Amino acid sequence: MPVKTLTIDGKPVSAVEGQTVLEAAQDAGISIPTLCHLDGVSDVGACRLCLVEVAGVSRLLPACVTKVTEEMEVRTESERLKRYRRMILELLFAERNHVCAVCVSNGRCELQNLAVAQGMDHVRFAYRFPPYEVDITHRMFGMDHNRCVLCSRCVRVCWFIEGAATKNVAGRGADARIITDLSQPWGESETCTSCGKCVQACPTGAKFHKGSTVAEMERDRSRLEYIVTAREKKQWIV
Amino acid sequence: MDLADLLEIKEKELRTRKPIRLRCCLAAGCVSSNGQAVKESLDKAVQEAGLADEVEVRQVGCMRLCCEGPLVAVDPAGILYQKVAPEDAASIVAALKGGETQVKRGDLNHPFFTKQMSIVLENSGEIDPERIESYIAADGYQALNDALVEMKPKEVIDAILQSGLRGRGGAGYPTGLKWATVAKMQGSKKYVICNADEGDPGAFMDRSVLESDPHRLLEGMAIAAYAVGADQGFIYVRAEYPLAISRLHTAIKQAKQHGLLGSGVLEAAFTFNVEIRIGAGAFVCGEETALMASIEGERGTPRPRPPFPAERGLYAGPTLINNVETLANVPSIVRKGADWFAGIGTEKSKGTKVFALAGKITNTGLIEVPMGTSLRTIVEEMGAGAPDGNQVKAVQTGGPSGGCLPASQLDTPVDYESLQQLGSIMGSGGMIVMDQTTNMVDVARFFMEFCMDESCGKCTPCRAGTVQLHALLDRILRRQATARDLELLEELCDLVKHTSLCGLGQTAPNPVLSTLRFFRNEYLELLQPEIGAPAAFGTPPKPDVNPTG
Repeated sequence: MPVKTLTIDGKPVSAVEGQTVLEAAQDAGISIPTLCHLDGVSDVGACRLCLVEVAGVSRLLPACVTKVTEEMEVRTESERLKRYRRMILELLFAERNHVCAVCVSNGRCELQNLAVAQGMDHVRFAYRFPPYEVDITHRMFGMDHNRCVLCSRCVRVCWFIEGAATKNVAGRGADARIITDLSQPWGESETCTSCGKCVQACPTGAKFHKGSTVAEMERDRSRLEYIVTAREKKQWIV
Repeated sequence: MDLADLLEIKEKELRTRKPIRLRCCLAAGCVSSNGQAVKESLDKAVQEAGLADEVEVRQVGCMRLCCEGPLVAVDPAGILYQKVAPEDAASIVAALKGGETQVKRGDLNHPFFTKQMSIVLENSGEIDPERIESYIAADGYQALNDALVEMKPKEVIDAILQSGLRGRGGAGYPTGLKWATVAKMQGSKKYVICNADEGDPGAFMDRSVLESDPHRLLEGMAIAAYAVGADQGFIYVRAEYPLAISRLHTAIKQAKQHGLLGSGVLEAAFTFNVEIRIGAGAFVCGEETALMASIEGERGTPRPRPPFPAERGLYAGPTLINNVETLANVPSIVRKGADWFAGIGTEKSKGTKVFALAGKITNTGLIEVPMGTSLRTIVEEMGAGAPDGNQVKAVQTGGPSGGCLPASQLDTPVDYESLQQLGSIMGSGGMIVMDQTTNMVDVARFFMEFCMDESCGKCTPCRAGTVQLHALLDRILRRQATARDLELLEELCDLVKHTSLCGLGQTAPNPVLSTLRFFRNEYLELLQPEIGAPAAFGTPPKPDVNPTG
């Protein structure tokens, strides 16, 4: 297995050819903020939080889809990157109605955690307050579009882990939204297997178990991980 | 079909040509101003005058001066009639035989015509776009024959490399280099895609090529396919161009019938099929990775590059994607030689560029000029400046990805590097002229609204950033913004430019940045003083105390 050596934030790191910068950094204990990345499903490079600087490359590169190369010099923490990350988070908070105080995921939310970690303590942009609905037609789960960050994790787990292809993205730009089947109420879906993987995958309070109220929504990522492990490593760990 | 057959068709076409020819523009612009009825009434008038043996009424593509349409040209007399109405037909036909006509005549010696140099548009306005014989008579498909019979694929690529042709879609990547990369890729199934998803506001260059000379594109694609080793081509054209789509369908059918597409093209061991894919109205599908996703039937959103399409493109095969105008240059380069092409233009930008002149300009229409022509020549001489005695204030190139250049920069030569240095881009060729009545902040807001509406929504900076940029511009225009908002606007432009996933987002701030660069005062004039921020406005006002009590 060919190995590449590179430096991340000045630290020498070795990685297997084909690994991404994100994987190499994680293996070396260096944390890069991510939002749309989810272990086990293909990466899309959409949230732009994992952008890093690579010496000799003028553009910023998303760590989740950039493959390691020999003698690559990666910087994950510069003032510029920190500023960009904070601004991207500001944009996300202003985009929909992220009201932590009344959110099922308060205290367990990846968006909230990112804001804390990146020091995003206020939003300078005008809140958009879009009028979004909550779909609670499914007997077990709910979808609150107000909390959605369009990371498309739920879509990808639905397609590539469960294989049901129930979830998708419709509309474009600021009007993009997660839909069920052909934009039907979730409860009427004939393809949804009610496996709940999308709920486990959601980083915010957009998808939740019915019955959970403020700060009660706990996710069990291990339910995704054991399927991914079984697939990738051919090991069935329950 | 081989060269002898091609020459026979050409010879027959020229032999049966009637001595007098009336060319009627039936490209989109003239069609929309009733050009079809003009042609029909001319047909009728010729019949009634008993001149059917002598006079041919031919439908042709764009004759450039769109604002004066419908246009009718008379050969060999060299007359261009403008704003022709169906009722004018009889007098135009009478004038062929010494009669009088009051129909407005265009000045073919005006710089608008004389400063043009036609490569891409050489047949535009000359040939009938719906008859393959008409194209063959103009030496059509001879370049494909030259390539297949006399050149190895590598020699074709070398010729394109040597010609210095660069991508006409906007970015200006060397075409030969792209071809060479795809040619080198291993893979049994390769594709050639023509990007005809022209979507910039005010741009209609590719549309005109498709409507006026569709076979030129097919020939260019076939040569490209031969060079890179592809056997399947796709033309991705937007649904808003129904006439172009219909003429492309006709052209593909005719080319197949004549053995110029399909298997054994021109009796060589070369197979090439072309299919049309129609875009459903998303600007982002002009971005190559989104375009390929759309062809595959997926949601039209871009994906990160690398892998580049040359390596892993359509259906995961090596894929060559070129713009309409780029491919339309190819037959001429093969036929006339790389050195001929490299002799035109500037050191780094070779050949010609087609521009769609629009906005506050007297001569609206299509022009093709050598690279390096100054904006002043285009706007003031060819376009004859702003109408109604107004002053040209700015020229916008590159659509929503480009920028606004002020009148003081009109001496800039039109080439990739010069425009980029000034914060604009060559773009695909839209050129919108603005006069002194135009508010530049409003222009920036217009383009930002366009980008906001057309963002696919995949990446955060473009999806949420363009919305906020638009909101900030709107706030400035409503005179509710302060210096702090302007600062935030600039900071956000920087973010969206450097962190967006694809070209749409990365270039979306350009209209704002370029108007800030050249017209900053217009922004500052709209700003309001910051409440409670006395530093910038001198000492705080004293409380209003009335000493008299």
